[in-house]
Amino acid sequence: MSTGVSYNDQGGAEAAVEAGQESTPTSSSTGAAFGLFSADFKKNEDLKEMLESNKESLKLEAMKRIVGLIAKGKSASELFPAVVKNVASKNIELKKLVYVYLVRYAEKQQDLALLSISTFQRALKDPNQFIRASALRVLSSIRVPIIVPIMMLAIKEAAADLSPYVRKTSAHAIQKLYSLDPDQKEQLIEVIEKLLKDKSTLVAGSVVMAFEEVCPDRIDLIHKNYRKLCNLLVDVEEWGQVVIISMLTRYARTQFTSPWTEGAEFDENKAFYDSDSEEKKDQTEAKPYVMDPDHRLLLRNTKPLLQSRNTAVVMAVAQLYWHLAPKHEVSIVTKSLVRLLRSHREVQYIVLQNIATMSIQRKGMFEPFIKSFYVRSTDATHIKTLKLEILTNLANEANISTILREFQTYVKSQDKAFAAATIQAIGRCATNISEVTDTCLNGLVLLLSNRDETVVAESIVVIKKLLQTQPTQHGDIIKHMAKLFDNVTVPMARASILWLMGEYCEKVPKIAPDVLRKMAKTFTAEEDIVKLQTVNLAAKLYLTNSKQTKLLTQYILNLGKYDQNYDIRDRTRFIRQLIVPNEKSGALSKYARRILLAPKPAPGLESAFKDRDRYQLGTLSHSLNLKATGYQELPDWPAVAPDQSVRNVEIVEPLRESAPIVGKTKQPKSDKFYSDDEDEKEEEGSDSSGSGSEDSSSSSEESGSESEEESSEDSEKTSSDSGKSSSGSEKSSSESESDQKKKKKTKKAPQKKSKPAGDSDSENGNGPVGQASSSSSESSSDSESDSESDSESDSPAPKKKTEEKAKPKVAVNSKKEVSLLDLDDFSPAPTNAPKPSVLSQSLLSDLEGLSLSNISSTVQVTTSSFGPLKTYELLHHMTGKGLSAKYHFPRQPCLFQPSMVAVQVILTNSSDHALEEIHIGDQSPASLNIHCFNTIERLEPGASVTVSMGIDFSDSTQAANFQLCTKEDQFSVSIQPAVGELLMASTMTEQDFCKEQGKLQGMNETSATITMATANASRQAINKQVLSVANVGEVPSSQNNFSRFAGQTVSSRALVLVSLELSESSGALLTINTEKSVMASMLLQDLKQAFAQA
Amino acid sequence: MTPCRVNVKRWQAEMIHSLFVINHLGDIFLEKHWKSVISRSVCDYFFEAREKAVDPENVPPVLQTPHHYLISIYRGKLFFLSVIQTEVPPLFVIEFLHRVADTFQDYFGECSESVISDNVVIVYELLEEMLDNGFPLATESNVLKEMIRPPNILRSVVNTLTGGSNVGETLPQGQLSNIPWRRAGVKYTNNEAYFDVTEEIDAIVDKSGTTVSAEIQGVIEACVKLSGMPDLTMSFMNPRLLDDVSFHPCVRFRRWESERVLSFIPPDGNFTLMTYHISSQNLVAIPVYVKQSISFFEAGSCGRLDITIGPKQTMGKTVEDLKVTVHMPKAVLNANLTASQGNYTYDFTTKLLVWDIGKLNPQKLPNLRGSLSMQTGVPNPEENPSLNIDLKIQQLAISGLKVSRLDMYGETYKPFKGVKYVTKAGKFQVRT
Repeated sequence: MSTGVSYNDQGGAEAAVEAGQESTPTSSSTGAAFGLFSADFKKNEDLKEMLESNKESLKLEAMKRIVGLIAKGKSASELFPAVVKNVASKNIELKKLVYVYLVRYAEKQQDLALLSISTFQRALKDPNQFIRASALRVLSSIRVPIIVPIMMLAIKEAAADLSPYVRKTSAHAIQKLYSLDPDQKEQLIEVIEKLLKDKSTLVAGSVVMAFEEVCPDRIDLIHKNYRKLCNLLVDVEEWGQVVIISMLTRYARTQFTSPWTEGAEFDENKAFYDSDSEEKKDQTEAKPYVMDPDHRLLLRNTKPLLQSRNTAVVMAVAQLYWHLAPKHEVSIVTKSLVRLLRSHREVQYIVLQNIATMSIQRKGMFEPFIKSFYVRSTDATHIKTLKLEILTNLANEANISTILREFQTYVKSQDKAFAAATIQAIGRCATNISEVTDTCLNGLVLLLSNRDETVVAESIVVIKKLLQTQPTQHGDIIKHMAKLFDNVTVPMARASILWLMGEYCEKVPKIAPDVLRKMAKTFTAEEDIVKLQTVNLAAKLYLTNSKQTKLLTQYILNLGKYDQNYDIRDRTRFIRQLIVPNEKSGALSKYARRILLAPKPAPGLESAFKDRDRYQLGTLSHSLNLKATGYQELPDWPAVAPDQSVRNVEIVEPLRESAPIVGKTKQPKSDKFYSDDEDEKEEEGSDSSGSGSEDSSSSSEESGSESEEESSEDSEKTSSDSGKSSSGSEKSSSESESDQKKKKKTKKAPQKKSKPAGDSDSENGNGPVGQASSSSSESSSDSESDSESDSESDSPAPKKKTEEKAKPKVAVNSKKEVSLLDLDDFSPAPTNAPKPSVLSQSLLSDLEGLSLSNISSTVQVTTSSFGPLKTYELLHHMTGKGLSAKYHFPRQPCLFQPSMVAVQVILTNSSDHALEEIHIGDQSPASLNIHCFNTIERLEPGASVTVSMGIDFSDSTQAANFQLCTKEDQFSVSIQPAVGELLMASTMTEQDFCKEQGKLQGMNETSATITMATANASRQAINKQVLSVANVGEVPSSQNNFSRFAGQTVSSRALVLVSLELSESSGALLTINTEKSVMASMLLQDLKQAFAQA
Repeated sequence: MTPCRVNVKRWQAEMIHSLFVINHLGDIFLEKHWKSVISRSVCDYFFEAREKAVDPENVPPVLQTPHHYLISIYRGKLFFLSVIQTEVPPLFVIEFLHRVADTFQDYFGECSESVISDNVVIVYELLEEMLDNGFPLATESNVLKEMIRPPNILRSVVNTLTGGSNVGETLPQGQLSNIPWRRAGVKYTNNEAYFDVTEEIDAIVDKSGTTVSAEIQGVIEACVKLSGMPDLTMSFMNPRLLDDVSFHPCVRFRRWESERVLSFIPPDGNFTLMTYHISSQNLVAIPVYVKQSISFFEAGSCGRLDITIGPKQTMGKTVEDLKVTVHMPKAVLNANLTASQGNYTYDFTTKLLVWDIGKLNPQKLPNLRGSLSMQTGVPNPEENPSLNIDLKIQQLAISGLKVSRLDMYGETYKPFKGVKYVTKAGKFQVRT
């Protein structure tokens, strides 16, 4: 309690200073003198005098000082009698300050507090609603059990008040009374029931709050108000929105069936307010799942709140979608969550925690936004760690090279704790993505020569875990670590090396005994954990190589026998009995070898957020990863939906109930709104009609403003909803509508459609028994649906862009059995490793960077992710008997071989039956070297899957011909690369560029004067055009009229330098320098064309 | 001082129980309880975490103690610490605490220990109105200002002489209407509406000059002083740019959905109309490039530094207020540099090198070079420090966003209207 002490020390001085401040010019100087030189009680005497004086100003001054005391946490309770007299003061500020005091101290001076009660009772009848409300607020805040009946009466009266503000206050008072006296529960529930029927947006949030505190289990009270709450939600104040959303989340989990069951993906798209005939048609088709229209209503009405400025509201909607929406709709929350990352540090912390949990189950949701999780050196440590966690969760084969390049930067961070966490993350990536295991391992080995001890230690620990997962052929790494052993001092790292020695002592038969010899020398000075492992090593060596190590082992066991730590003594005794055969040792020593040298399962490297999903997202419990007081488990979906009709509202009923508070004019309309069969499309969205105009004329008279408020609210409600559905039909901003259309189309002509790949999700959703063939394809299609739904309202141009951007991710994983719906169990680790693969040169060079050498070559290969992508058709579904294939060049280093160009192929099944065994057929010997994708066992109708291939074009534009086979058919296809795709972007400085250009003159130079379309004249446009044609990197240029780009051919690594000099007119001189003159002329042609286009 | 014992017979369910405001020295200088009093000794758990975190930025925002949960924010060297007893969405509390800090900022011009202590009565009155029984009541600045007037020297003199008060007598209209953000009966002689479109570029540029990630954070701040109940409509030349937005509650979301225009009845005074985010998936122009080399030599314990900045994609505008901040490794003792333009300072204690350049002249690129003296006997830093760039470009929204028109309905007068654009560097970092 250091603070307590320090606080007491300061007490006097602070009081004096404060008194000095408070005695502002006007108050008499005596006050100041008192404050400065007298003890506490004297000062309070002075306050008492001031309070008892006749002057309002003196009283106010005194109260202000008292509030100052309270704010500082000092006691002012002995002034109670003097203060309470002023409760009836006319001066409103004085009165308020007295209220503050009263609420603070009434509990301690209950008898005296009762003196004030009659004042409040009088104020409760005041014509001014503000005074009524504040009287109720204070009355209910006085925690004196005797006045419970008075409070109860006041609450009941206030709940029927004409002013919604007073009714809101009464809802707050309910909670206060309940915590004062829980026995009032039944009566309070009655009041809550009444207030729940209130139609004012002002009341809704507060009463739901009261409901949550008093009777959260009385779900039945919500039924009749459910639709009203959904519809009011947008207009409720932001804090109320959070409370209502979380209550409705729980409600929905008890009342609706799960949208995640089989077949769910298709039917919830059904538009909510469809005509009856439509519905019947669906039912005859025996759909397994139909989303309850009320369920859909909730999802639809919460969606706009994702745009709220209040981060708590956005998070509340995000968790609602996560827990309630069909899987493929969840991704609409992604963008908003990512936006929150720009907010305050504390907000980032909470949002990142939630994203971390979400990203484990649904990689696809956040993968397109991976760059938003890159770490800045200025981030706080806990933010950095969370970002790292998310990056690791999102890592897959397609983006691993980029992520590892990022990690390489982080490892060098000055923040050593963060560097260590990065190493852990590299370890996790290595186990999860088998393609990069070797590369990561090599990178980590290089880190062993790092100067920083924590980095080395962490690397050793991670290497140990990695080696355990694949113990083969790593003898040299173990040797390397043995050599390092003398320099490593971190105990955990030393222990890890010793364990490795022991475990793989047969692989390093010469070195292991020597390490043991060294350990025997230093045994006594080691940490306990190192000693334990030394004993282990000794035991294992004794069993495998007893000739050399017998004496050493005995020596160590003797040292251990007399160790100070009982664990070590214990272990020593146990080991001795186990390995050294003597008359006493029983049967156990026969099995010593099998006990000690048993193959051990490798430890899993798992995310710390793996089991966070047992808590509801966005809750305190989730944030702390433990059950907080008052946390309510989110109920599981019921197997059978409870009766839906309970939510139907009869037309007359609510009117009667709330008759006194509802305006007269708009009643029929507002009720019609709640009824089910209303056709909303009749009303055109016209919310611009504006509550504003109505409110502007609002008078101060209560009843007037009352009815006005109600009516404007009603019109707002109706217009809001009709606005929604109308806009939905026009601009397809409401996806349920547009999806509905697509669905119909699909049913009519399932054979006949050719859809762009980006649409795959809607196809998933519409096939009768559609299941995506692999979980990864599901996740990718999810993110596509995300970008798609977002760009739907945009014009086609940017839509294309977003689609293309969303694409660069591979899904080579071919786990067939996993259906869409098993996503919950989807582990982030792909289980089957295709082949030992060689990594791209650039990736290797990245990881070499881990060694922290400062030598950088002049030319660095980079992946340019800023160029737009073009998609080409590989196989039309007509020729492919339902199988269609498209491909594009992701412009990333190929994972399989450095000389290959990476190609991603999107296979879509547009037939009505599942396709099996999709694979690449035999290649003719003369053809190009192609790295095929793994056979896809089964592709359901409507599903699509993205696979990656590598093709070595040998720097020529000759087409790669191969056969795409299914179980029944074979189709000859060919991939013809544009010349620009045979390049890799490289970065170099301007000087280097000019130097290299100087070397490639004469024969190696191709140039032409080209005409530029005017739209292309800006530098940005030039960049865009060039990048669209070729995978080259921009070279920073100091001259404004010069643009330079550099690249290398993929196979032979020949430099390709493009420079463009703008002349005065619309012309420009385009020069290409490269050894590959054929490529140069082709590239020139392509660029010329691109620039000529507007 | 006798700490009041809390009578815990059952968990009391309210969202925010108490608030403590703590200065950077660890003194609690303000406390407010919305229900029973919680002893300030509960803060000891926080002080412990604060101690452990070293840097105040690193204190975990959510902490657990045996009986309470502590949620804190750090703003302007002050900690706002709230005590929670039961499950509550943490963002709810965090957002509210920031709103409290915003309100103080709005009322007193800054949010610091001295202003809060000086205005403790107003602070208390505000807190009383903002939260009732732990649940937010009035958080709109327009509403609060009607109930509790901001301090003002003239009025405080008059009030003390006459015994007048800072507290309004009637319930603000805003509390009752569907537009709680606007106060009623606004009157101006000069009716004017100004909008500032500010864009910040967040970028990470790597050693070789390649943009690792770049995104734009845009915000439209408004200062609207219009009489009566104006209904404004703002439309953009290129609304397609905006696909990720968040609005002030006054904006009619459905109009935006269907027509891509902002239609709203504005609050009176200053407010944030909307914020938007243009993500790294789009092409973001980077206005400057940086050529740098920072190296440390093993021998002689010194280092070299050479930084040049040049214009890259500035859309023909001038880059102003250019500033480079480098957080040097601990081992760097001093810097002996020459700047071809502007001034540099090196703070020996915080290890911050700040190079204030000013306007960027494309003809003569600013350069900073020289030597760094290092502590001897300390191993060289492994990582080169990254450079944080600050800059400003007037009259340009780098995303290309443009307001095409602003119309007013509902009132008859002709207002003055104005839109200003400015681009700044946000978290703009160059790795070295």
